[in-house]
Amino acid sequence: MAEQLYNAIFVGSIYALFAVGFALVFSVLDILNLAHPVVFMLGAFVALFCMSTFGLPAGFAAVIAFLATGAFGIFLDRIAFAPLRRRGAPPLSAMISSLGFAIVVIRLMELRYGPDLTSYPAGSLPQTVVQIGDARLDALRLVIIGLAIVLMGALTYFVRATQLGRDIRALAENPRAARLLGVNVDRAIASTFFISSGFGGVAGALLGFAYNAIYPQMGTPYELKAFTVMVVGGMGSLPGAVLGAYILGIGEIAALVFLPADLAELRDALAFGLLFLVLVIRPRGLLGHRVAERA
Amino acid sequence: MTPLLEVEELRVRYGAVEALHGVSFAANAGEVTALIGANGAGKSSTLAAISGVIPARGRIRFDGRDIAGAPPYAIVRAGIVQVPEGREILARMTVEENLLMGLRGRDRSELASAYERFPILRERRALLAGALSGGEQQMLAIARALLARPRLLLLDEPSLGLAPLIVKQVFETLADLKRQGVTMVLVEQNALRALRLADRAYVMDLGRIVMNGTGGELLRDEGVARTYLGG
Ligand SMILES: Nc1ncnc2c1ncn2[C@@H]1O[C@H](COP(=O)(O)OP(=O)(O)OP(=O)(O)O)[C@@H](O)[C@H]1O
Ligand SMILES: [Mg+2]
Repeated sequence: MAEQLYNAIFVGSIYALFAVGFALVFSVLDILNLAHPVVFMLGAFVALFCMSTFGLPAGFAAVIAFLATGAFGIFLDRIAFAPLRRRGAPPLSAMISSLGFAIVVIRLMELRYGPDLTSYPAGSLPQTVVQIGDARLDALRLVIIGLAIVLMGALTYFVRATQLGRDIRALAENPRAARLLGVNVDRAIASTFFISSGFGGVAGALLGFAYNAIYPQMGTPYELKAFTVMVVGGMGSLPGAVLGAYILGIGEIAALVFLPADLAELRDALAFGLLFLVLVIRPRGLLGHRVAERA
Repeated sequence: MTPLLEVEELRVRYGAVEALHGVSFAANAGEVTALIGANGAGKSSTLAAISGVIPARGRIRFDGRDIAGAPPYAIVRAGIVQVPEGREILARMTVEENLLMGLRGRDRSELASAYERFPILRERRALLAGALSGGEQQMLAIARALLARPRLLLLDEPSLGLAPLIVKQVFETLADLKRQGVTMVLVEQNALRALRLADRAYVMDLGRIVMNGTGGELLRDEGVARTYLGG
């Protein structure tokens, strides 16, 4: 039981890191960045590259994955979103262009690495198992959970207590007011993409560490989950996305534990059913802004 | 003395429709310059063009430098700060966070000056700005702009939608700022109060400046009285 809860928190942490970046871009620009799974996958590959080619330790590789995917996020914005923004295109076109971008990058990676699993160099990841009571917990996941929590704490500090963070929130709430207050919009948007993609990339690297399996399509299953988690948490609310992520993680593991083995296929149905229930009870999401406030 | 702000032949269009047809006016340092005119005359468009938030043709010189076409953040940094129509406070941020947006990373100790001028904001500083009354929101918008250390303050209808008592307070604040030497361009529907406060005033109609003079001259002008002062 403790082991299952531990797993749920681990999965929830990965969902949270992924979803928080997705929600950040949505809150600032009102667009769904369908290329978010790409940065997730690239994060894992960057870490792999650092470790297998340069022999860097996993922790250091994760930092480089954050920086590299963050920079890639700025590039992604320049290619897929900025041109549409300049022309005042509707949010739907941004969705399509990011989807196109994602497909191109994933295919290129498949060409280079093949569609199959790649794994990290042998012995590059800690294999320690900690015994707490009768639960055997894998130390690597413990580190990953801790890291995810630290990263989300840092993000909270950044958006609440730094001027750049406030600029991003101002831009999210009221672009015209933000510009009149002297917010450098290009810089705020570039920072948004850097952070969003950096978090996505780190999530990918960490998931890669935990499952030791990386492949070009590895981000794809997370996209729909991140979208759901964001809607349930409250469109564009960062704490809401985190909360939704942990609920989904716990819901999935609960389904695994409580459903009989021959119904294990229903695991997603159960988890999503739970989220649906939340929405029925609270249509604006758990921590969403009241509609009147957004108007 | 050359004016602090010189606007020449300003043209703004929305799609196929031209809203400003060559607006020229100037604002001297230390003075209040009023822009009055009916709904849709182009007052807000003029201020928006000066702040760089809508594209415009023509020349805008501030302190001798051409700022037309500069991005809004550079214009704010140069010292032109706008209190926009409808206040545009950030409703999902606290009162204090709104004020910090004016400070832009400078030392928090400067907040004290804002709280001294508007004690109600100190009381409400931890509340979400969206929870303030209209009058309090206007105080917040003015306080926030002052924290940006404006060399030129643009005010777009600061009395709009406020109760008479609050309107009086807002104009008292503006008079106070004038005494302290803050240079202002004031757009108002409340022409009487605006002209009383103004050193120089311009009347706009249908995207053009149609008249100008000192505040006193326009107050005594019969045409202005009939059209804008309800007399
Ligand atoms: N975003 C816009 N799109 C299209 N037309 C606009 C837009 N903003 C203003 N206009 C038009 O431009 C003209 C000038 O508008 P503006 O808001 O500058 O006038 P104003 O003098 O500030 O009026 P008010 O006293 O109502 O605030 C009006 O005819 C208005 O309809
Ligand atoms: Mg107006």
